[in-house]
Amino acid sequence: MNTVTPGQYLPSATSDTARITRNFRAEKFDFWSFFFSGLTGLATLFIIGILATILLNIIVNGWSSLSWHFVSTTPTDLFNMKTTGILPMIVGTTIRVFIMTIFVIPVGVITAIYLTEYASNISIITRIIRAAVSNLAGVPSIVFGLFGLGFFINFVGKNMDALLHNPSTVWGRPALIWAALTLAVMTLPVVIVATEESLKAIPPGLREASLALGATKLETILKIVLPQALPGILTGGILAVSRAAGEVAPILLTGVCTYMVGLPHSPTDQFMDLGYHVFILSTQSNDIEATRPILYATVLVLLMLTFALNIVAIIIRARVRKKLRALG
Amino acid sequence: MAEILTQKIATPQSAAATPPAGAPFIEIGNVSLYYGASKALKDISVGLGEKVVTAFIGPSGCGKSTLLRCLNRMNDLIDNVRIEGSIKIGGHDIYARDVDVIELRKRVGMVFQKSNPFPKSIYENVAYGLRLHGMKSKSDLDAAVEQSLRSSALWDEVKDRLHSSALGLSGGQQQRLCIARAIAIKPEVILMDEPASALDPIATARVEDLILDLKKDFTIVIVTHNMQQAARISDQTAFFYIGELVEFGPTARIFTNPSQKRTEDYVTGRFG
Repeated sequence: MNTVTPGQYLPSATSDTARITRNFRAEKFDFWSFFFSGLTGLATLFIIGILATILLNIIVNGWSSLSWHFVSTTPTDLFNMKTTGILPMIVGTTIRVFIMTIFVIPVGVITAIYLTEYASNISIITRIIRAAVSNLAGVPSIVFGLFGLGFFINFVGKNMDALLHNPSTVWGRPALIWAALTLAVMTLPVVIVATEESLKAIPPGLREASLALGATKLETILKIVLPQALPGILTGGILAVSRAAGEVAPILLTGVCTYMVGLPHSPTDQFMDLGYHVFILSTQSNDIEATRPILYATVLVLLMLTFALNIVAIIIRARVRKKLRALG
Repeated sequence: MAEILTQKIATPQSAAATPPAGAPFIEIGNVSLYYGASKALKDISVGLGEKVVTAFIGPSGCGKSTLLRCLNRMNDLIDNVRIEGSIKIGGHDIYARDVDVIELRKRVGMVFQKSNPFPKSIYENVAYGLRLHGMKSKSDLDAAVEQSLRSSALWDEVKDRLHSSALGLSGGQQQRLCIARAIAIKPEVILMDEPASALDPIATARVEDLILDLKKDFTIVIVTHNMQQAARISDQTAFFYIGELVEFGPTARIFTNPSQKRTEDYVTGRFG
């Protein structure tokens, strides 16, 4: 009968294989592993480099032109550093993003709840809705602008004026409300997808437990599912806000103006916008040297505003997450 | 019809250890269930007694959990399910057209295999069902929560941290919390789908003691993979095999002197 002495098949302590096996290191240098990990590192550096270049350029050139006067007064002459101010643009951008959020979050969340909790996955209507949401995400921004003009302004607005018997055009013209609604339509897919993902992440056991206690489906959604999904919904909101703050094409035809006196007072007013102002400064100026510092400062303010909106939303989401984790 | 279900059903006198002489509390009559085209339950007829523990045993996939979920109509939630036959609880057909499923689930509670406490505080978990069904006053809720937690042998362990998260409890405690949550709304029947299969032996023993305690007040139907568990805690046992009910009777007889060969083979471990 064959017996094996312990250690019989281990390499002996003196041979080369023994040395290598003991250290568990490869015998020769693996070039291709090194090459590909190096490549991914380079790609990362490249992206960070581009981002850093853009940001540093803007910050270095724009910071010196920023002043409290610049961000807090309304302009009299757009192209002169002494007489310009971007307060109306900041206000315009912030308000339109805010109004958009009020519309897009409820509609997006309710759609996502329908698709996840109520709709049968195989029915033709569900498939049509899902296809519509994906296609909506791929539509170019300027097409949304045209849609806003054709539907909201020329159809909804004009008919509202007719129904309300307004002597002059109040609703049937470019306005803050229509620009905000156009942006809401544009960012709807983002909110729907983010909400759907967070709803799907909730284990079905929780819903079953609630239903087994005698809750209706609606009660289960409102009391158990939605509170759990709140961080995901807020993520969708953050993504929507980030996208909308910088978009210019959808508001081009639906409510932005190059110059107006004072701040917008009502949803039917037009408004000024930071992104659009960058475009105006770049293309309409007679003296590019004088305008350049204003341009840099405006871009910097736009970036800071987007950043600030994101930070606020991220803080809200972090608070909600902490509250969910601590107790119910 | 719905208001009949809201009244307490008069209970026939019954001995705990043997099947009751009168009409059984839960009557399952010629029930067949189809998932699409495939037949998961084949013409099941059995009567379960009141305030006793009935165990459903059988190998995996034999339909015991499916039948259990029919008793509180949780199978309604699955698309493509069709049920034939009748199920009567306390004399009332639960699949009748005018039955309010919410009412039914208030009176037939369920505890699941994997404990699923809500991500809320321990207090809020137990109070959830109570609030759903209209209890509002804080003193009422406090009293009811305490009573449930005492009945589930959990009160002493959690009384100082009622408002901390339920997810911080151990597995066994979470399952006892789910039981407390289910009994808080005072159902008549408690359905348990392998409640201790994910628990260690000590937690399992506690849950089993709890079940023996609860049967004084509730009718319990428990699905279990663990034959020794069925032998320990149940009064009646039903043995299922591939969608059919093979044998039903007092637990002692099923395990010591079964009348069907398949039952004998299963309980002696020849297959499973």
